[in-house]
Amino acid sequence: MFDTLTGRLARTLKNLRGQGRLSEDNIKDALREVRVALLEADVALPVVRDFIEHVRARAVGQEVMQSLSPGQMLIKTVQEELTALMGERCEDLALNVAPPAVILMAGLQGAGKTTTAAKLARWLQERKKKSVLLVSADIYRPAAIEQLRVLAAETGARFFPGSTDQDPVQIAQAAIQHARTQFADVVIVDSAGRLHVDDAMMDEIKRLHQAVQPVETLFVVDSMTGQDAVHSAAAFNAALPLTGVILTKADGDARGGAALSVRHLTGKPVKFLGVGEKTTALEAFHPDRIASRILGMGDVMGLIEEAEQNLDKQKMENIAAKLKKGKGFDLTDFRDQLRQIRSMGGVGSLMNKLPGMGQVPEAVKNQMNNQDTRRQEAIINSMTPEERRKPGILNGSRKRRIAAGSGAEVQDVNRLLKQFEQMQRMMKQMSQGGMAKMLRAFKGRLPV
Amino acid sequence: MLSFKKPPPSGNTGLTGLARLKQGLARARSGLGAAFAGLFRASAVDETLLEEIETLLLGADAGVEVTQTVLHSLRTRLALGELPDGAALNAALRAELLAMLAPSAQPLRIPSHIRPFVILVVGVNGAGKTTTIGKLAKQLQQSGHSVLLAAGDTFRAAAMEQLQNWGARNNVPVIGQPQGADSASVIYDALQAARARGADVLIADTSGRLHTQSNLMEELKKIKRVVSKLDPAAPHEVMLIVDGTQGQNALAQAVQFHQALSLTGVTLTKLDGTAKGGIVFAIAKKLGVPLRYIGIGEGVDDLREFDAAQFVEALFGE
Ligand SMILES: Nc1nc2c(ncn2[C@@H]2O[C@H](COP(=O)(O)OP(=O)(O)O)[C@@H](O)[C@H]2O)c(=O)[nH]1
Ligand SMILES: Nc1nc2c(ncn2[C@@H]2O[C@H](COP(=O)(O)OP(=O)(O)O)[C@@H](O)[C@H]2O)c(=O)[nH]1
Ligand SMILES: [Mg+2]
Ligand SMILES: [Mg+2]
Repeated sequence: MFDTLTGRLARTLKNLRGQGRLSEDNIKDALREVRVALLEADVALPVVRDFIEHVRARAVGQEVMQSLSPGQMLIKTVQEELTALMGERCEDLALNVAPPAVILMAGLQGAGKTTTAAKLARWLQERKKKSVLLVSADIYRPAAIEQLRVLAAETGARFFPGSTDQDPVQIAQAAIQHARTQFADVVIVDSAGRLHVDDAMMDEIKRLHQAVQPVETLFVVDSMTGQDAVHSAAAFNAALPLTGVILTKADGDARGGAALSVRHLTGKPVKFLGVGEKTTALEAFHPDRIASRILGMGDVMGLIEEAEQNLDKQKMENIAAKLKKGKGFDLTDFRDQLRQIRSMGGVGSLMNKLPGMGQVPEAVKNQMNNQDTRRQEAIINSMTPEERRKPGILNGSRKRRIAAGSGAEVQDVNRLLKQFEQMQRMMKQMSQGGMAKMLRAFKGRLPV
Repeated sequence: MLSFKKPPPSGNTGLTGLARLKQGLARARSGLGAAFAGLFRASAVDETLLEEIETLLLGADAGVEVTQTVLHSLRTRLALGELPDGAALNAALRAELLAMLAPSAQPLRIPSHIRPFVILVVGVNGAGKTTTIGKLAKQLQQSGHSVLLAAGDTFRAAAMEQLQNWGARNNVPVIGQPQGADSASVIYDALQAARARGADVLIADTSGRLHTQSNLMEELKKIKRVVSKLDPAAPHEVMLIVDGTQGQNALAQAVQFHQALSLTGVTLTKLDGTAKGGIVFAIAKKLGVPLRYIGIGEGVDDLREFDAAQFVEALFGE
């Protein structure tokens, strides 16, 4: 949709070639392009200003590294500063209190609070082995309580029912009381969406916070949020002692500039990304990735660097060569691909970086979520070499053996085979190009 | 700051419609407006003033392209000596913004010869589709139409219960099936029911989806196809709901949904906060799809027809 930053910079940075030092003068135009890129990514204007000043101060006088052009040098600086500002990777929740530890969700209407509450419950149960109780203090949005009840059932978390004629504070307090008697480790309190200018509702959430004394108060923000992020984040941060931010709906193509705005205004760490509607769609937050994404240059620097570091080119070329020779793409190749994908930061980040990957059926992308790759690899590992070459011979009893060997269910094996078939088809379509060629094509597009 | 906010579940705060609108828009006003008030008293127009305007438009989510277009035009006129002072600049800016929106401000009308008139409501997750349907059902009913709702969001937990709640509030029947059912078949059934009952308007809810999810966009196309089997002209309105607090991505949404479904209307929600909804300028400029309504709260009465002059006015203040 938008001109990428690198595309824009290509024009202004041409003139920079051959200059040994970055100066106020030679980076002026380039910084203007960075400003535009940030604005198009929805970074709020005051934040953009601060950032540009910051980069200018850092960049001016910088010696251009031998291996880089002045343009690349500036991009590198921009990228580094943005990454630094996004904070540390911080995928954790502070739960070291006498149970139950309370987590309070807060944010605007439709941001994704309820869905994220369920995702966190799942994450806490599966990764942290905690018992979780979910409670909804949203008595306003029609069927909001029911929504959380359904999601709780789906995640296997306990659910504390409230009703719309009760006071939200009382519902939450009763839930915590109940959690005590049930020895639940964590209580997640979902709250109604509210606008930061709604004094009565902001007052309500302050009371809620006061009453439940959460160890984590998480501000849930839609990654598509525009300039208004500065106002809402500032107001929520002023009303509540926030402990972290969760950025939702990052599975789309929003550049997510709101992440920078919110981070800048609250100083609180972004803890997780929501990357889908399912309760499993919660990911760790990587400052460097979001920085690239905001700058709209994920398709260049990020990819090239990661590719150089992680991609085992030889393996990929082997697959490409094999395909060219008309030989089939088999399960061993698929396993290599899964490994590559994982080493490059997961399917999501890979797919988003590769041009043309937009054409990959969503179903394939969805099914191959990052955690799955490990499980899938385990399944393939349990097959015999013959089975990997000729998946056609996999009958019921072989599948049962493989499932048992890899700690999976037969249906997981079936799902893997289906994905493999889809990938096989796709590889056939791409066989002229192949991954290696695609990567080369990218490098050709590197403008600076 | 005025405190007009969260209506009780019944959706009635006791304020008259106009008062609520004014309060909602007052908020938008206080941002841009206050800043502009000073500007426009300036006795001469210089580059600093233009930069201020740039700041304000960008801050309203108007986007870089629209902002640059407006500024370019103002600069041209400045060079021609047409903008001697702040007041002239003010008038020129208003005119410029209004010209961008006015052609697209086309209210939804239900022609009497189309029965049932089918409205398909689409948009990204959490934009305000279901809530807007609840509000719209009431408005249509009040203008004398019999309304039926289709619970086409078969994916999100309790989506049907949410719509049913709105239906009950308005005394409007809701046709639905349990979670997980096929959305197209729910809507198809509802259209058949609407015909059988002689309803004037059928409003179909759908699950939220990001415009990048090609399989889900295909599902919407399928819904459209299936509906057109019963009535080749249906759906008569395909309305995109855009969250007014969103930024530049909303343009991408509009473009993609339009490409997939040929939108006939856009409604902008959540303008009761401090968000300005400036992305509609870009949407109007790029797509020219009719702008139908604005949402200014969570209550059943918080829906207004899109009024270009009022919208621009709200950016400026009195
Ligand atoms: N695509 C996508 N949708 C999401 C994500 N998180 C939430 N949603 C959807 O956004 C909508 C609003 O979410 P909900 O949890 O009800 O928001 P709340 O009003 O803040 O509680 C629902 O349709 C959710 O399924 C996400 O990370 N990705
Ligand atoms: N403040 C405000 N909230 C709104 C407006 N329209 C919808 N909402 C809220 O936004 C959230 C999501 O709305 P919903 O209709 O469920 O969105 P859907 O997922 O698109 O169907 C709910 O909490 C609604 O109450 C509006 O105009 N103003
Ligand atoms: Mg909720
Ligand atoms: Mg809905």
